[in-house]
Amino acid sequence: MDPRPQPRLELRAIRKAYPAVVANDGIDLDVLPGEIHALLGENGAGKSTLMKIVYGVVQPDSGELLWEGAPVRMASPAHARELGIGMVFQHFSLFETLTVAQNVALALPGKPSLDDVARRIEAIAQRYGMPVDPRAHVHSLSIGERQRVEILRCLLQDLKLLIMDEPTSVLTPQAATALFATLRQLAADGCSILYISHKLDEIKALCHRATVLRAGRVTGACDPRQESTAAMARMMIGRDLPTCQHASSSGEGEPRLEACGLSLARSEPFGTDLRDVSFTLRAGEILGIAGISGNGQQELLAALSGERTLADDAAIRLCGRPCGRAGAAARRRAGLCFVPEERLGRAAIPSMSLADNALLTAHREGMVVNGLLRSQVIDAFTRRCIDAFDVRCGGPAAEAKSLSGGNLQKFIMGREILQRPKVLIAAQPTWGVDVGSSVFIRQALIDLRNAGTAVLVVSEELEELFEICDRLVVIAKGRLSPVRAAAETNVEEIGTWMSGLWPDAADVAEPRDRVAGHAH
Amino acid sequence: MWPNRGIAWQVMRISLEPRVAPSRAMRWASPLVAVALTMLLGVVLFAALGKDPLAGLHAFFIAPIDSVNGVAELLIKASPLTIIAIGLAVGFRGNVWNIGAEGQLVVGAIAAGWVALQPALAESALTLPAMIVAGALGGMAWAAIPAWLRTRFNANEILVSLMLTYVAQLLLNYLVFGPWRDPQGFNAPQSPLFPEAAMLPILIEGTRLNASVLLTLTAVAVGWVFLSRSFPGYQTRVSGLSGAAARYAGFSERRTVWVGMLAGGAAAGLAGVGEAAGTLGQLLPSLSPGYGFIAIIVAFVGRLHPVGILFAGLLMSLLYLGGDSAQISMGLPAAAAALFQGALLFFLLGTDVLVNYRVRVRRSATTASAQGAA
Repeated sequence: MDPRPQPRLELRAIRKAYPAVVANDGIDLDVLPGEIHALLGENGAGKSTLMKIVYGVVQPDSGELLWEGAPVRMASPAHARELGIGMVFQHFSLFETLTVAQNVALALPGKPSLDDVARRIEAIAQRYGMPVDPRAHVHSLSIGERQRVEILRCLLQDLKLLIMDEPTSVLTPQAATALFATLRQLAADGCSILYISHKLDEIKALCHRATVLRAGRVTGACDPRQESTAAMARMMIGRDLPTCQHASSSGEGEPRLEACGLSLARSEPFGTDLRDVSFTLRAGEILGIAGISGNGQQELLAALSGERTLADDAAIRLCGRPCGRAGAAARRRAGLCFVPEERLGRAAIPSMSLADNALLTAHREGMVVNGLLRSQVIDAFTRRCIDAFDVRCGGPAAEAKSLSGGNLQKFIMGREILQRPKVLIAAQPTWGVDVGSSVFIRQALIDLRNAGTAVLVVSEELEELFEICDRLVVIAKGRLSPVRAAAETNVEEIGTWMSGLWPDAADVAEPRDRVAGHAH
Repeated sequence: MWPNRGIAWQVMRISLEPRVAPSRAMRWASPLVAVALTMLLGVVLFAALGKDPLAGLHAFFIAPIDSVNGVAELLIKASPLTIIAIGLAVGFRGNVWNIGAEGQLVVGAIAAGWVALQPALAESALTLPAMIVAGALGGMAWAAIPAWLRTRFNANEILVSLMLTYVAQLLLNYLVFGPWRDPQGFNAPQSPLFPEAAMLPILIEGTRLNASVLLTLTAVAVGWVFLSRSFPGYQTRVSGLSGAAARYAGFSERRTVWVGMLAGGAAAGLAGVGEAAGTLGQLLPSLSPGYGFIAIIVAFVGRLHPVGILFAGLLMSLLYLGGDSAQISMGLPAAAAALFQGALLFFLLGTDVLVNYRVRVRRSATTASAQGAA
């Protein structure tokens, strides 16, 4: 690349401090035309803040931004878009009740005609291999398709820099591969891409250069195609990546949690109906449920935890006893513990102390006598949980909302595990959790299984599932695939199944393709 | 929330930013700051009305309580406000919005009055305990209607409890204008006077201070234990803070509604007993000067904490007495008392906001889009 071309975007000594934390501290970064540049770092490293600064959402405290060589003050996202910067956020911002064309038209200046917009969408979609129907309503689209709409919306302007925030966290492996093809095509046309991720394999496969952030500072820059993932991980977390110890399955334990023909209608308009879900979870094993979010996981978890009860008592059996009609409290009494996806507001009450949050589900551990609270027991349990699960916090009196996501998750996991459950259900156990805590949590789940507990893990992260699970099953459109031993399947097979295409499920596939590129 | 529709403008922007760690000391001091600001406003107000500010403050805040009798009157007024507010706080903590304490008070008084007017009980030592129980049950029965409709049909308890207040008032009117009218009352709408055995004993001779304040003090203690030290109280607080967390833990929403409504009903019913068997000694259409509604303010000024509510009840009572006193001694308009109450509430809420947030003023371009919050 010599002589070096003029960088499209240059950041010099960017600093941004929030009341409690310095999010960015003296960050330098440059992005060349046509380059796919990775921004690599753990949660909380400052990646998102930096991107919001580039996109004009947040103003830096100090430092300089150069756009095609000229200093610029990015006043607002509208200003950024005028310059040709587009951003696709992790959480989409589309109106579900509108069509694709209407959603895109809303983002355009003036009042373009919908037919015109639809024509332009089709032209661009074809060029970049992103099939999407401009007349389809957004709520009928898969997550991968919605992401395409977000990207298309950026591409309708004269795009020079596309920022993508953890785009593959919501995609099947196949959909991710299709996205990479699109991004490469875009880069070949001269568009720069800033690609935020903590997934090293992806960055190695896709990006030309990488800048690594840790705790708000640049800790390294490299060519990911040359560097090993271990070396990049060291730059990212400051030490070697720890790994989990996994012993082989102890064999056939007794059934602890069984679903037999479990069906449940959605409770929300855009939810998913559960259809004829059956599985058996045995003592001493980890069963993983893979799937893209929104395919019935929420409904299944609510049904299993007892937050939603069923009409058919026999549809769920806990330790051999029917409990479909039993509520959450009764199931907990029978030995079920549950770590849900939402930590604040469901698994923990943000404004309450850790001690009060321990009481939430662990009150059967001798914390209540004659209806009155025993604060010493509560305090001792909370301390035990904090110590055993390495929760970094200000002690039992610290408010739940003052903990980082990873530490709160360790606390919640600890609270449930210390109740010695017969069955533990964990949803997205390491979602948004830093690498070190993730390994800790996975190891805790494995230890629990080794101690004879039946563990059910629902996760979107295939790597995680393959790392800890004994057996795997896929949920798609409210149905379960056949169960496979983890050792006898692979990412490709599970990835295909995630779109609902497993061998004996031909009737599940609908005309609209829910995954990536092979629609036509 | 539309991200690609950012509209930039150059303005002076005043924004409230949450404080990272609100000061604990300021959290406790903010009610005092609010009282001080209310007094400051009083000084300005009195001066603007052409009165001596110091005399005005004296008439408002000192004169009502510079005698034993004054203090007794203060406690008599604070007692129903406090006990009702504690009962309501149990519901409010659990997001159960009982607005009908006034009606529950009336029904509690009617139930106690019925016991008091039974000829067979005229001399009995059991009369008063029976009245207290009847009053609490009466209030609970009236509160059970919105509780049942809410848990059975998901009817809004705010509307139902509020409307039942008018039903209760009309029921009282019917009784004192009709079947329970005092035959010797010169046709006045009132019940016969209760017998001596049906009256709450006077605590300080020469004043009207009666044993209803002991009921209130008991309620403060019970309310504190329930909310801070009991598991059902904890379940109520969890339900109020996060319905999803309560469902996750398996806490029953129905139970929270029942506990919250019945606690408010029982407390209001006891306040009704205190009015009927304490200061009045009979049933009148004007049984309560709106205690059930004012108690809602008291509950929030006291931050839904029993001890805070006790102080808030005393303060609110003082503002009432002070308003009367200032009217009489200085010829201030009756609206002045209401203005003081409003000002106090305003300053309390204002200082609360400033304890938790800080104001930032800056000139900057900003955007209408909200995607930064993602």
